[in-house]
Amino acid sequence: MEKPNNGRIQLPQLSRRTFVTGLAAGAVTGAAASALALPSGLRAASPRPEPRQAVQTLRGNHFDLGIGYTRVNFTGRERQATTVNGSLPAPILRWKEGQKVTLNVTNNLAHDSSIHWHGLILPTDMDGVPGLSFNGIQPGETYRYEFQVKQSGTYWYHSHSGFQEQTGLYGAIVIDPAEPDPVAYDREYVVLLSDWSDESPLEIYGHLKKESHYYNFRRRTVGDLWSDIREKGVARTFRERGMWNRMRMSDTDISDVTGYTYTYLMNGQTPEDNWTALFKRGEKVRLRFINAAAMTIFDVRIPGLKMTVVASDGQNIEPVTVDEFRIGVAETYDVIVEPADDRAYTLFAQGIDRTGFARGTLTPELGLYAEVPPMDYAPVLTHRDMGMGHGDHGSPRERGAPAPHTGHGPAASSGEMHGGMDHSQHGDMGNMDHSQHGSMNSMDHSQHSPGSDTNYTPYGGRGNLGGMQGVWFTENLGRAGHGSNKPIVHLPSEFAYTVDMRADQPMDGLNDPGIGLRDHQQRYGRRVLNYGDLRNLTPTIDKREPERELQLHLTGNMHRYVWSMDGIQFNDAEPLMLKYGERIRITLVNDTMMTHPIHLHGMWSELETGDGNRIPRKHTILVQPGAKISYLVTADAYGRWAYHCHLLFHMPGMFREVRVV
Amino acid sequence: MKKFVLLAALIASGAKAQTAYQDGDKHEDADIPDHVMDHEKLFTMGKLDQLEVREEDSDALKGDLWFGGNRDKLWLKGELERENGETENAELQALYSRAVAPFWDLQMGLRHDFRLEDGPSKNWAAIGFQGLAPYFFEVDATLFVGEGGDSAMRLEAEYELLFTQRLILSPEIELDFYGQNDPATNTGSGLSDMEAGLRLRYEITRQFAPYIGVHYEKKFGEAAGFARAKGESVSDTTWVLGLRTWF
Repeated sequence: MEKPNNGRIQLPQLSRRTFVTGLAAGAVTGAAASALALPSGLRAASPRPEPRQAVQTLRGNHFDLGIGYTRVNFTGRERQATTVNGSLPAPILRWKEGQKVTLNVTNNLAHDSSIHWHGLILPTDMDGVPGLSFNGIQPGETYRYEFQVKQSGTYWYHSHSGFQEQTGLYGAIVIDPAEPDPVAYDREYVVLLSDWSDESPLEIYGHLKKESHYYNFRRRTVGDLWSDIREKGVARTFRERGMWNRMRMSDTDISDVTGYTYTYLMNGQTPEDNWTALFKRGEKVRLRFINAAAMTIFDVRIPGLKMTVVASDGQNIEPVTVDEFRIGVAETYDVIVEPADDRAYTLFAQGIDRTGFARGTLTPELGLYAEVPPMDYAPVLTHRDMGMGHGDHGSPRERGAPAPHTGHGPAASSGEMHGGMDHSQHGDMGNMDHSQHGSMNSMDHSQHSPGSDTNYTPYGGRGNLGGMQGVWFTENLGRAGHGSNKPIVHLPSEFAYTVDMRADQPMDGLNDPGIGLRDHQQRYGRRVLNYGDLRNLTPTIDKREPERELQLHLTGNMHRYVWSMDGIQFNDAEPLMLKYGERIRITLVNDTMMTHPIHLHGMWSELETGDGNRIPRKHTILVQPGAKISYLVTADAYGRWAYHCHLLFHMPGMFREVRVV
Repeated sequence: MKKFVLLAALIASGAKAQTAYQDGDKHEDADIPDHVMDHEKLFTMGKLDQLEVREEDSDALKGDLWFGGNRDKLWLKGELERENGETENAELQALYSRAVAPFWDLQMGLRHDFRLEDGPSKNWAAIGFQGLAPYFFEVDATLFVGEGGDSAMRLEAEYELLFTQRLILSPEIELDFYGQNDPATNTGSGLSDMEAGLRLRYEITRQFAPYIGVHYEKKFGEAAGFARAKGESVSDTTWVLGLRTWF
């Protein structure tokens, strides 16, 4: 495939598995592509694109998209993918801000389907979420999406039906601005990251439900215990392991689904396929990174190149130059790179758990490629990641990171288990003692009392779980842009079988690059982007202070593989009601050990990064484990909207309807 | 010995089946109907925890099957032990299971002990807890009330020690208590019998793991007396070879 025709170039150091399967894929695809003209009917009759074939770009304001089945082969085994116009990823849609687009989407599947335009501000019936103001697209039917494009930047689209997204139904949207682009560049590429499995999504989900550690092959072994004891002694090892053992959790649960089953793709190509893009020395190249994975958070870097981040979730930001950034599922980042040499560079996107990576090449000449770096160390969760304060007895693999703790009162514990961690103490839900929960304000209770304009019912009890909508605060809210000053309140519904942990002292989710990245500055000299770096390029549009604040907890039970918000799964939850036009703050508290990308449809999530005048607008917010983060929302779109974790297998539970009336 | 060979053949064929399963294209149903958020998916899990041959011409089968959602499930638990071609013990439990705490399920239902050559069949009402205790002990504690006011209690605990990600040592223990003496079933009041096992399995895949191990049984008190009177041994240690698998 590649010809290492230059002495400077080293062979890529791929893992054996990737190498072998990649080779097989290369060998089989040729035959597959010619032999597999599928019968028509319910199937789109098009074989998998040849390796290295660029994803098609569709332009204009009228599009015909056909959802169908396509045979693909990424691993040496042929599988069936769900695709748009026979392409995985789906074609890039290129629009212009201000135009009206019409998209006729025909469903050629045997099941219902849908397309959701991720991050776009549009009427609710155009949003494409089945069950909310839209019935989905039935087999054989065509749904006509028609809306005004009100924004510019990098977005994407994907199915919102079943688990079709995992099997390939995703593609990029690039919208050119109506005004001259403030970002200067000579050429641009979409870099769409995704994860592919030969297993069907339902199999993956079933495995997680039956044995939640199914894909984790980094569990602690007797050998790990032995080396801990040699390093730290029996007493300290016992103390440190004690918390995990009592909580019945694993500190290596970083990703639910790993490289054990996933092959990571860049623009639909495996690391061995090596998606390649060309540049001329000295050019400014705009790379539009999109994380279209079902379950994988990526850490992206281009060894040898600085990246200037110019947009986040499609919105221009004040440029920040970094060496590395984390991109949560569904997020997009636009970066500018200026390669100064006539050499190839590797686009390297390693999974957050370091069990695999997507890879491509930026090169002045076809056939050149650069070294593929080894993956970084695999992170291990620490007490901090459990929202247990800053007593960082962490593993040496993740030690030495600063603890950006943002003051929830005097730390009642130094990282050992306390109150909220021991479930047995919470049998009596009605008598929950708020003083246990890290609050130091005596005013708390007056705020919590059910008032005429609050929905907070602290003693709702089990029979009333369905009626609860999280905790609303209405008084003494912190200033817009500066985040929440409210104490952490765990509702009674959080003390149910659905919740295995609660963060009582959640850390700062803003100035923290996240697990596995915190020490990259010290360790590798890499400047890593964090949310605190984001400043909108233009002034904040809605300068109002929030009228209400919603504290919503992201909750789950790893062992049962059940996900929820405030302990309540989507099936049992009432919609979150917003008044049209109101400005609210949402504070998310992550009471789980996973990093969750939370996506609000139809409205912007304006991340409070400390500057009220330059609040960045995002559609997906990554919430670190054991952390909290706040953003503002202007409820300027009537209707029923989805609000959920974008990790596909968390969605069935960690999901709310937001209704703007 | 013949049984060991048979079991080895079974394991080998299972391994082959596993490969075939991976090669076969099961992806036709890549997507599932309906809206992912609207319905809770119901799953079925069947598990053969022990499918093993033991020394001295005996073998055992232990497994369970559940069906249901996140909170409510139907469980079937079964056990079968044979020695010299004779069934020594066979029972089946049908239980309704409800998640009541983050790591605990409350289970209630019926247990049926099948009629054996030297004992009558028996029905019990069962209620218990099953779950994961701190320090990752899998625990099952069940109370039984039988016809005619008989009572019994069973405590089971299992642990997993990982030598590697695939080589796993699993010690387990089961204690049976009874409220009365019953010569027909060789059980005595108080702690009647204990079974302990140590099984070392290798997870070829998560779902397919052959193992070797040792199994120990001992009778106490009156139960030991009944066994002695029948000329049976009070305690017994046997090597085992088996398979753990689930779907």
